[in-house]
Amino acid sequence: MPIRETFWNIPHWAEIAQYCLGFLTICVFTYGVFRRVRTWRQGQPEFRKDRLGSRLVSVLVHGIGQIRLTQDIYAGVMHLAIFWGMAALFMGTVLATVDWDVTRLMMNFQFLKDGLYVVYELVLDIFGVVLLAGLGMAAYRRYIIRPVRLKNNPGSGLSLDDMYAIVMLVLIAITGYLVEGLRIAVIRPDWSGWSPAGKLLAAVFTAWGDPTNRGLHMTIWTTHMSISFIFIASIPFTKLFHIITVPTNIFFRSLKPAGELAPARSEPATGVKAWRDFTWKQILDFEACTRCGRCQDSCPAFASGLSLSPRNIMIKLQASLWKRGDGPALHEDVIKAEELWACTTCRACVQVCPAFIDQLSTIIDMRRYLVNEGQMDNLLQKALSNLARYGNSFGQSDRLRARWAQSLQPKIKDARKEPVDYLWFVGDYASYHASLTPITMKTAEVFQRAGLDFGILFEGERNAGNDLRRVGEEGLFEMIVEKNVTALSKCKYNAIVTTDPHTYSTLKNEYTTRLDDPRPVLHYTELLDQLITSGQIKLGKKLDYKVTYHDPCYLGRYNNVYDAPRRLILATGCQLVEMPRNRDRALCCGAGGGRIWMEEVGIKERSSEVRIREAAQLDEVQVFVVACPKDATMFKDAVKTSGFEHRLVVKDLIELIHEAL
Amino acid sequence: MKQVIYVLIEHLRGQVSDISYMMLAAAHRIAEETDGSVVAVLLSHNAQELANDLFANRVLYFDHPALADFSPSAYQRVLGDLIYENKPRLVLFGDTTMGVEVAAPLSVRLGLPLVSYCRSIHTQAGALKFTSQICGGKIMAEGDLPGPTALVTMIPGSLKAEQGHSAQPPVVVWATPSSSLDDLPVRFKRYIEPNVSDVDITREPILISVGRGIQNQDNLPIAQELADALGGVICASRPVVDQGWLPTTRLVGKSGKRVKPKIYLALGISGATEHVEAIADSETIIAINTDPEAPIFNLAKYGATVDLFDLIPVLTENVKLAKQAVKV
Amino acid sequence: MAKVMPMNIIVPVKFVPDLVEELKINDAGLNLDPDWVRLKVNEFDEHAIEEAVLLKERGMGSVTVIALDADCAEDVLYTAAAKGVDRIIKLCGNFGEGVNSHALARLLVPVIQELQPGLILTGVQAHNDLDGPLGPLLAEFLGFPYVGYIAGVSVSDNQATLRKEFPGGLIVEMEVSLPAVLGIQAAEQPPRYVAFSKIRQAAKTTPIGEQSILDVDCSNGPVIGRMYQPESSHRAEMIQGDVNAVAEKLVEILVEAGAI
Repeated sequence: MPIRETFWNIPHWAEIAQYCLGFLTICVFTYGVFRRVRTWRQGQPEFRKDRLGSRLVSVLVHGIGQIRLTQDIYAGVMHLAIFWGMAALFMGTVLATVDWDVTRLMMNFQFLKDGLYVVYELVLDIFGVVLLAGLGMAAYRRYIIRPVRLKNNPGSGLSLDDMYAIVMLVLIAITGYLVEGLRIAVIRPDWSGWSPAGKLLAAVFTAWGDPTNRGLHMTIWTTHMSISFIFIASIPFTKLFHIITVPTNIFFRSLKPAGELAPARSEPATGVKAWRDFTWKQILDFEACTRCGRCQDSCPAFASGLSLSPRNIMIKLQASLWKRGDGPALHEDVIKAEELWACTTCRACVQVCPAFIDQLSTIIDMRRYLVNEGQMDNLLQKALSNLARYGNSFGQSDRLRARWAQSLQPKIKDARKEPVDYLWFVGDYASYHASLTPITMKTAEVFQRAGLDFGILFEGERNAGNDLRRVGEEGLFEMIVEKNVTALSKCKYNAIVTTDPHTYSTLKNEYTTRLDDPRPVLHYTELLDQLITSGQIKLGKKLDYKVTYHDPCYLGRYNNVYDAPRRLILATGCQLVEMPRNRDRALCCGAGGGRIWMEEVGIKERSSEVRIREAAQLDEVQVFVVACPKDATMFKDAVKTSGFEHRLVVKDLIELIHEAL
Repeated sequence: MKQVIYVLIEHLRGQVSDISYMMLAAAHRIAEETDGSVVAVLLSHNAQELANDLFANRVLYFDHPALADFSPSAYQRVLGDLIYENKPRLVLFGDTTMGVEVAAPLSVRLGLPLVSYCRSIHTQAGALKFTSQICGGKIMAEGDLPGPTALVTMIPGSLKAEQGHSAQPPVVVWATPSSSLDDLPVRFKRYIEPNVSDVDITREPILISVGRGIQNQDNLPIAQELADALGGVICASRPVVDQGWLPTTRLVGKSGKRVKPKIYLALGISGATEHVEAIADSETIIAINTDPEAPIFNLAKYGATVDLFDLIPVLTENVKLAKQAVKV
Repeated sequence: MAKVMPMNIIVPVKFVPDLVEELKINDAGLNLDPDWVRLKVNEFDEHAIEEAVLLKERGMGSVTVIALDADCAEDVLYTAAAKGVDRIIKLCGNFGEGVNSHALARLLVPVIQELQPGLILTGVQAHNDLDGPLGPLLAEFLGFPYVGYIAGVSVSDNQATLRKEFPGGLIVEMEVSLPAVLGIQAAEQPPRYVAFSKIRQAAKTTPIGEQSILDVDCSNGPVIGRMYQPESSHRAEMIQGDVNAVAEKLVEILVEAGAI
């Protein structure tokens, strides 16, 4: 009768030893966890106890389901194999313990017998193979293929840590099979067919004979036990700890909208200088990082040859937590200012991370320190001074903000003086940049032809502040928001419409709590999509361009507006061909996070040029469609500098609509 | 009695400055209108030859060891006594690193009116009037130059330095300072040379000048290619040099060098007064700037509002082709 | 190195019309229309403040910034405090028809004398100095020596060694006995950036010392008979067309001029 005979061939003293070592293991493990948690708790407070239900669902979907991991198919299959393999074997051990030490010991029966037992054996055998297959895939990838994103600094000890995880798991699996095989070779039970792998191994061992096998069995059982206990005890001290930190990190992830940044934690906004200035959640981020490098692969700054790699930042900060005393000086010694300034805040890293790490909040918090110390290049300093004084980064008088509108007939309504249906928040670039004001004028014409009742704030409008905040100038952000809020509070409107996704994102996500009577905020693509769908606008002409569409970071990744622009493109009659990296995988143009205000130093190839090259690979695509004024300037320049002027033309989506009306 | 106009001659290491000659020319204009006489005041040591081409009725040459190199204290003492004793109608100083710190303290010490940024002086109904250019060149201010003595610091105007040169050496009168020149509170120590291993842009006939419009240090090579094609030299306005993208030896402007090339191609330069006054003697100025309102177009002979990044590569090509054609 | 007694470093600053804005002349044609004028701190005075703070950071003493009351005065003074300036003073009163450089110098004399200055730094010039820059006038009223166009200061004992800028990159090293007034052309590093929240903090913690002024005496400055905006009588011949057309025409011009 099939039944689990745990401790077959194991002398009593070894059985006792196992339980003692087990207890020791649990002590070491607990101590390790305690030590880590104690470090996390030295960080600043952060409230993440809301919406516990949603948090749990996140863990199930992303921790167990691992959706983000499987975007990379090879790595996804590999990890799922290891994960489910280990999960199954772990469950198997749990069940065995319960069966032997609880039900048998205390209740006098075992449930791992008969049919249940053989199925149990089969499942475990299969999953053991799955585990080994996964580990094989992992070793192959890490040591044969050697992808760039897995590269570690030599001498950092990290490669050893990576190897440790694979080697230990392989040893556990193999010794486990060997023990099973040896046992079956000696006992030769009828139901051994239910453990196919074990049976196969047993066939090999049978030739060696019984006393040898028994001896070997005991030795390898001891080895298996020791390795397993070392494995468990070492979890809090190695990369293996991610099995705890990652689900925890997913549980405590931010449930706020992506476009809502956590405000500065001190007044004045000094940002992060030492590791204890980070919040416990940011520290957990560093600890949850498994160095998979997906963030590095999707980072536009890294792609353009700059020294920023979100992965390396997480690794370096994690290492700093465990140095003696207060740790090294984070700025300059650990992270250089140029790494922090290279970030465009495109959010690709946050979006792609399977551990739900928020690299961006760390980068911005460290930027706040640099701003507080005045450590920035001259161009950025000038732009910030201009923003403080004139409300725009160009250094032009705020009185000239609406100069683009002067020649329009009929005159645009002044939202400060009369109520309007839609308050159009125009934005700096659309208002002041010489090559973009024609597009702004076309936008006005489109709104007029659509019969919209709209107005603008004229000189009352200031930069909405999105990039000010993300550059780290929290104080200036607050000041400029106050000015805009005062201006908006005096107006009567039903909704705000913007043409700039940066403006859109901050108005939608960061202004609503500051306005007494917040109204819906729409990007023009959302508005026009609504109007075309409802029939209020009819597009008379059918354009027959072959186009591709670039998702703006602050419209797509930040606010999930992907479909409205696409519907608009199709409504104009154009044929849409997607670039390989589209929607939430779109490659940032490189202007965000204040980068457009900074000097370009150390760039090997601009990400905007990489993106144009990507578009040019699509045969017959003539038009590169954008929906953001900064995208328009960046890509128009990139088309010239990468020599594709005769191949691609850059147009804002509003220009297509204007043409099609 | 003839009205006397003093002109303080500025000189540095054996060279009389252009503004000094311009002031002499201006002084003569006034002298003609008012029946006055022009006295050039030269302070130095063993350097009488500096007076050789000064266009003046008379040169007052003060020779003293303490005047070998510029010291504001020494100059103030000499000029102060001279003005107090002789009460000229006008004293002209350059609005420069030397002139201002001699003129302004004397305004207080002697209780005399001071006018700065003066572009020209003319007579109207028998009264002397100044025209000054302030606020970066955007505003003109006119007014009377009250008597008996007025101090004026001058910027380059419409008169050229050549008009202040004299073919004949003037009459030179040696003079001694009335006050002691010992115990000067401001003392000259030494000269610190700039990097001389660079080209001298004041001697180049073709200059390609870049301004803020070049945007980025990485864009300089494009301009350099054009300069190479033309056989010219790159120079710049203040914003580019301040960023460190080019050395100060290439700075064209009030605090840099005055240039007089055959061709001055200004790329992305708006035309602030400090820059424009240093290129006014160029034969042909061509300006490229996307802003049609840029002040440089008020000085340039030719202009275009195309994007300089679009233009430069095309122009470089065309120049190379044209040069080949000329060779053939 | 000789030991330096900590001294009082004074920086008087001046506000000037912001040239980014459009300037208009008033109806009388004698001055700028105040409705269109926005004042900002003179750019060279910002360098003077930076140089003073650098000297303070080297242990030379403490810094006091003085300004006349104006719309932008508080912003400028609090920003200076946020940079490390120890004391900020605002001069209040009736400024009548206007304060020229001579008048400003006269107003500053009693205030500065009370502070027992060791060194006074001010911007070398301002673009609206019709009657000369503040520095040399102030120096003479105080009986101190003045040197202008300074791009570097080092202090020891009772004197300062200065780097005075001449055109073309030439530097002349000069020595001046203290106390003295220096006209700063450029600080040894560009004026530092101060985070806005630091300025707000300074506004909460740093008091502005207010002093009343005596009468404004503008004598020895010119009386303006007329103020106007220059008409550009000349206009460049603008080459029309696209980049290719422009390039072609330019080559023509260059050939004609003998450059090619």
